[in-house]
Parts: sequence; structure tokens; C-alpha cells
Amino acid sequence: MPTPEKIILAMSQHLGAPCTPTVKVGDTVEVGQVVGDSDKPVSAPVHSGISGKVAAITELLLPGGRKTQAVVIESDGEGRVHESVKPPVIDNHEDFLRAVRASGLVGLGGAGFPTHIKLNPRDVDAIDTVIVNAAECEPYITADYRECMENSWDIVSGVQSVMEFLDASRVIIAVERNKPAAIAELSKIARGVSSPGREVRVKSLPARYPQGAEKVLIQACTGRRVPPGKLPSDVGCVVMNVTSVAFLSRYFKTGMPLIDKRLTVDGSAIAYPKNVRVTVGTPIHDVIAFCGGAKREIRKLLMGGPMMGLALMDDTLPVLKQNNAILAFAEEDARTFPASVCIRCGRCVEACPMHLVPPSIAAAYKNADVESLEKLGVMTCMECGCCSFSCPAHRYIVQTMRMGKDLVRNAPKKEN
Amino acid sequence: MASMDKPLIITSSPHLHCGMNTRGVMADVLIAMLPATVASVLLFGWRALAVELVCVASCMASEILSRLVMKREQTVGDLSCIVTGMLLAFNLPATMPFWQAALGGVVAIVVAKQMFGGLGQNFVNPALAGRIVLMASFPESMNNWVVPLSGTGADAVTAATPLADGAASYSLGEMFFGIRGGCLGETCAMALILGGVYLVLRLVISPAVPLIYIGTVFVLSWLMGENPLYQILSGGLMLGAIFMATDYTTSPINKAGKVVFAVGCGLLTVLIRQFGSLPEGVSFAIVIMNILVPLIERATRPVPFGRKRRAKD
Ligand code: SF4
Ligand code: SF4
Repeated sequence: MPTPEKIILAMSQHLGAPCTPTVKVGDTVEVGQVVGDSDKPVSAPVHSGISGKVAAITELLLPGGRKTQAVVIESDGEGRVHESVKPPVIDNHEDFLRAVRASGLVGLGGAGFPTHIKLNPRDVDAIDTVIVNAAECEPYITADYRECMENSWDIVSGVQSVMEFLDASRVIIAVERNKPAAIAELSKIARGVSSPGREVRVKSLPARYPQGAEKVLIQACTGRRVPPGKLPSDVGCVVMNVTSVAFLSRYFKTGMPLIDKRLTVDGSAIAYPKNVRVTVGTPIHDVIAFCGGAKREIRKLLMGGPMMGLALMDDTLPVLKQNNAILAFAEEDARTFPASVCIRCGRCVEACPMHLVPPSIAAAYKNADVESLEKLGVMTCMECGCCSFSCPAHRYIVQTMRMGKDLVRNAPKKEN
Repeated sequence: MASMDKPLIITSSPHLHCGMNTRGVMADVLIAMLPATVASVLLFGWRALAVELVCVASCMASEILSRLVMKREQTVGDLSCIVTGMLLAFNLPATMPFWQAALGGVVAIVVAKQMFGGLGQNFVNPALAGRIVLMASFPESMNNWVVPLSGTGADAVTAATPLADGAASYSLGEMFFGIRGGCLGETCAMALILGGVYLVLRLVISPAVPLIYIGTVFVLSWLMGENPLYQILSGGLMLGAIFMATDYTTSPINKAGKVVFAVGCGLLTVLIRQFGSLPEGVSFAIVIMNILVPLIERATRPVPFGRKRRAKD
């Protein structure tokens, strides 16, 4: 997709502390220049993807209700690259982490967790496995698949650097079974780079939502189960999105930080659904216009996939780093149904990848019974939406789960 | 083009749904009962259909009236009361006086279902509750079996059911096609199995419950020296295993619980048939297991992902 005329860079494009703008209105910025940063550890800098002038620093309401500052940059159309863009020099683990942070990389699979934090677990020696997540996180989205097909060499060289710096003995690239072309491509390369003590292999997994969810993926690949409230590193694993890995390898070569992103643009209201490479900060209506615009009236606009994505209030919001899809639906796909009583059919129980019993949790929530909520594992819920998807009574199960979690979080801690 | 004509619809995720709804599920159950309905008319004549209509009408009326009295929203639309009506009728003989059949419907819906809060809240199967009350109140009408294919109305010949008879007076083939005395919907195993296969294919029920239930009866009665094929084809076993032990509300919600439930139903059925004073154990077995569901569910609750199963819950 061509360079946009204007980009809006939210200062909070990751989990953790928001950045503060490092530029002023009227400043000239160039491609790859840092425009926002933070001194807090859990954060990642934001870079401009175009050259031009800072037109404004405004406030933006992100989906999910968070407010953040945003730097608005108007393009001068020249695409000058900033002087800071050069391959990083990496000699040791610290350099590696610093470089990863400087690249602005966050988990590209959707959650947006800063990658340098992920690659710096408490006990780096305990990590023996790196899982590269090429299992698409949600239905509709095919952006990671394109990455596998187009940039498989980047993936592999990224895998090698990560494996080296974490001193992991094996890398598992997890791909869903319905993408034989990607499996073949990656397997070929993986065989070439494997060496004794450094094993790289491709694992094909059933194409089933939510295969891409971290905990589900770790279990499918290694048989290890991450206990509730623990991190993948506690079972010796680091999970990275395939696009993140490929990006890292490019960054080490060129020094160009994270300024663009591949998006799947789809949904019943989009004229020409496709995967597009978009500059971070491009307003969503520009992206939709590039895909032929809306062929039907858009009634629901999602940032992210259909199962966990957030519904947007308007299409002026910009693309964020961690976005991987924009879905626009017409009337019939945006309808909602009234919830009726639970018929105890058990579909939600069957569907839940976390082995929860949603109706019991709903009952505990209704009684504000924090103890039972915890015992029933409400905190284990990853809000994947499988339960609500399969409920014939259209019950708002995920919402109840969220409220149940809030209840547990806000409950006064028991002293014992 | 930043502005939209109408505000966008904002809902919480997920934004997709499988498309199944409660009414659809119930409609599937009704469709699955069609073969047995047809069989009941072929075997027992038009009065069978009349009893079915009376039961359904009574259940629908009870549902509407009790919701009215309780000032709660109407729920006939979910079709669950029609399912109950049909199941009740399936559990009655063709000679059942209409007013008694209607009374069974009232008991099923008002007492067993709505007094506990309606769909999803009742703990015993409403149709079975209706049947048991009728059995206790009108034992003669409930044991007045029509010999199949013998005509309708007053000239119908009545006889005992094979189980009450004790002797195997029907061949296995006759039993499979339902040519034996018995309740309306329970005799024709073929029609019931057809319906069961439909329910499994439509993902309405899992095949585990009926198979385990029937399997348990088969094995146990074989061990006890009975003819196992004869045992699984007689009484209300097919009907109970396929349509009543699989009732969502009154069976465990989790998989392991369903298995325990089905084994328990099978066990109780055989024990009641062998040692009880009643010829037919299915209704009581299922109702007793219905009552145990909360216990079974607690004991078999799945462990949340990543957590260790603890000795004590
Ligand atoms: S959203 Fe539903 S299906 Fe997903 S983990 Fe939570 S309870 Fe289970
Ligand atoms: S899927 Fe819906 S109706 Fe079925 S048990 Fe779960 S909450 Fe109840």
C-alpha cells in the first residue's frame, strides 16, 4: 500500500507503560526516527514510518477505552530515512536485548507484549525451547501465512539469532496443518539449518482455533502445561510470533525499526479483501479505501480477529503495531441476539480450551462468590470466545468471565 | 469518508457465532422423534396420535399459563415444552384416558419444570416426572397395553408387555420393529435408533450416553444370565437412553460426568428389573440419576488447564 499522507502514532501500542512524545509540533521527522519513548522497562519506542512534519500532538481514544497521546505526522512525500537507521552492532546478550528494544518490536500476534521483555526472562538458563508461532491466531487472518510464504529465509535467520542469544537447544516452528505449502517451505529450510545441539523443526498442528494461543500452543508442541498465573518461561519456553521473528532478522540486517505491518483486510463489507502491508499509524479508512472501499454499508468494524478483536467506534483510528487484521462486516454479520436461559447443553464446557465449566463460574459470579470463582479457575480464562461462539442460548459467557475476573482481582486479599 | 451514516455496532468479542440456538436444538429433537411418532401410529392406531396431541397441547398450555402467572417472559417459542409433551406421550399407553394424559402434562410442566424456574433449572426430567405421577395415580390405565396392529379404540385388544409377562413371547425381530405391547414411543427400536443417529449427526447429543447406557444394560443382564439382546430391546430402554438420559438439563454438563451418569442409569435399570417389584426400571433409573447429577458434576469437574488435580476439591 502506498505511503499514506498522514499517520497517527499512538503512544501506547503495547502492553505496559505508554511512551511520551520525543518530538514537538512543527518538528521535521524522517522514516525510522523515534517519535515516542519511555524510560519504564515494560515499553517499546514508537517510530515514524514516513518523513514529514509533526502536525499535532493529540489525544486518542483507543478501542477498549484507553486514552493515549498520539503524534500526528503529515507526509512530505520524500521518504527520507533517518540517520539512526543502521544495522545494530551486537556482541553480547545485553546488546541483543537493547537492539530488540530499539527496534520497537512488540508481540505482533495481537497482544503487543514488548519483545525485549519476553526475550529476557528471569532465568534465561532455564529456557530450552523457542516456539515460533505460525499458527494463525484467529479465523479470517492470513497475514502470518503470507509471511511464511514470502519471507521464509528471514524467519529462519531470525530463528537462528534468537536461538543463539537464548542458548536454547531447540526451536519448534508451529504451523497449522491446513497450510501444507508453508509447512513444506519451512521444513526444507529448517532441515538445512539444524545442527547437533541446535535443533530446528516444524511441527504441524490441527487447524483449530485457538491453536495460536500461547498456552495451548506450548502444550501442543512440548506437552508442558503453563500453570495459571505463570509465564511460558516458567516451563522453559519462549513463544514468538513468526512475523516478529522474521522482522528481527530484517532489523539486524538493515536497522529499520518496526514501521509497517502486514494486515488482513476482510469481512463481508470489504470490496476486495486482501493482505496489505501498511505503515503503522495509517488511518483505517485509508486502508479500507485501498482495498476497494466498502461494497456494503459497514455496520461493524473490528480491529483484530472475529473471536477476540475489538469493535471500533469509527474508522479514523490508526493501525497499531500489534494489529494483524481489520474486519468490516455488513448488517447481517453484525446482528446480535438476545441471550436466553442456559439449557445446560455442555457445549461451552466442551469448547473451552482451558477446561473450564462456564455455567458454574456464571453461578459463582452471580453469588459474588470469590472463593468459588478462584477455585473454578476463572483466572485461567483467556477470553478466547469459544464458549460464547458455541452457546445455543447466546449467553454472554465471555463477558461474565471478564466480570468474574474483575471481581477476583478487586476482592480484598484473604489473609492466611 | 471518516463519518458513518449510522453509528457502528459495538459489541464485545467474540463477533462470530456458530448459528445454533435453543429453538434449533429443540426442533432437531422433535425431528428426531418423527420416526417413532410415525411408528406409534402404525403400531397402535390413530389414538396414539391423539394421545400425543393431547400431551403436547397440555404441556404448551401449562407452559404459557405458568409463565403468565409467574409474570415472566413467554418461553413456548423455545419449543422445549413440545419436546416434553411428546416424550410424555411416548411414555403412555395408547389407551390412556385423555384427561389423565393431560394431567400428566400439567404435572410435567408446572410441577417438575416451571416450579423449579423453567428450562435449564429443573432437576428431574419433566416427562418422566409426569409419567411416574401417572403411574402412581392411575396404575390401571398405565398398564392397559394395546396389542400392536390390532386396531384402535374400543375393539383394540389389550395385553401385558413382554417385561411384565416374564416370558419371551415376542421374537427379537418383532421387538426390533416394535411389534409388542408397550408405551407409544418406546417399542419401535428401529425408529428410535434412527432418531438417535440424526441427533448425533446434528451434534445435538454425543453418542456416548446412549451407547454406554445400553452397553451397561447389555453386559450386566448378560452376566446375570438374561438374554442381553432381549433386555436392551424391551421396556423403555431405547427411548430412555436416546431421548431422556441425554436431556441437557437433567444430565451432567461435563463429559466425564456424562459417562458416570450413563453407567449409573444402566446399573440401576438392571437392578430394578431384576430385583425391584416394578417390571420396568428405565424411568426410575433415570430419575434417580437425575437427582444425583449435582454430586456427579462436583466429583467429575474438569481441572482448569495447567492446574494439578487435588485430592480434595
Ligand atoms: S473465553 Fe470461554 S472458552 Fe475461552 S477460556 Fe474463557 S471460558 Fe474457556
Ligand atoms: S453453551 Fe450456553 S446453554 Fe450450553 S451449557 Fe454453556 S452456557 Fe449453557
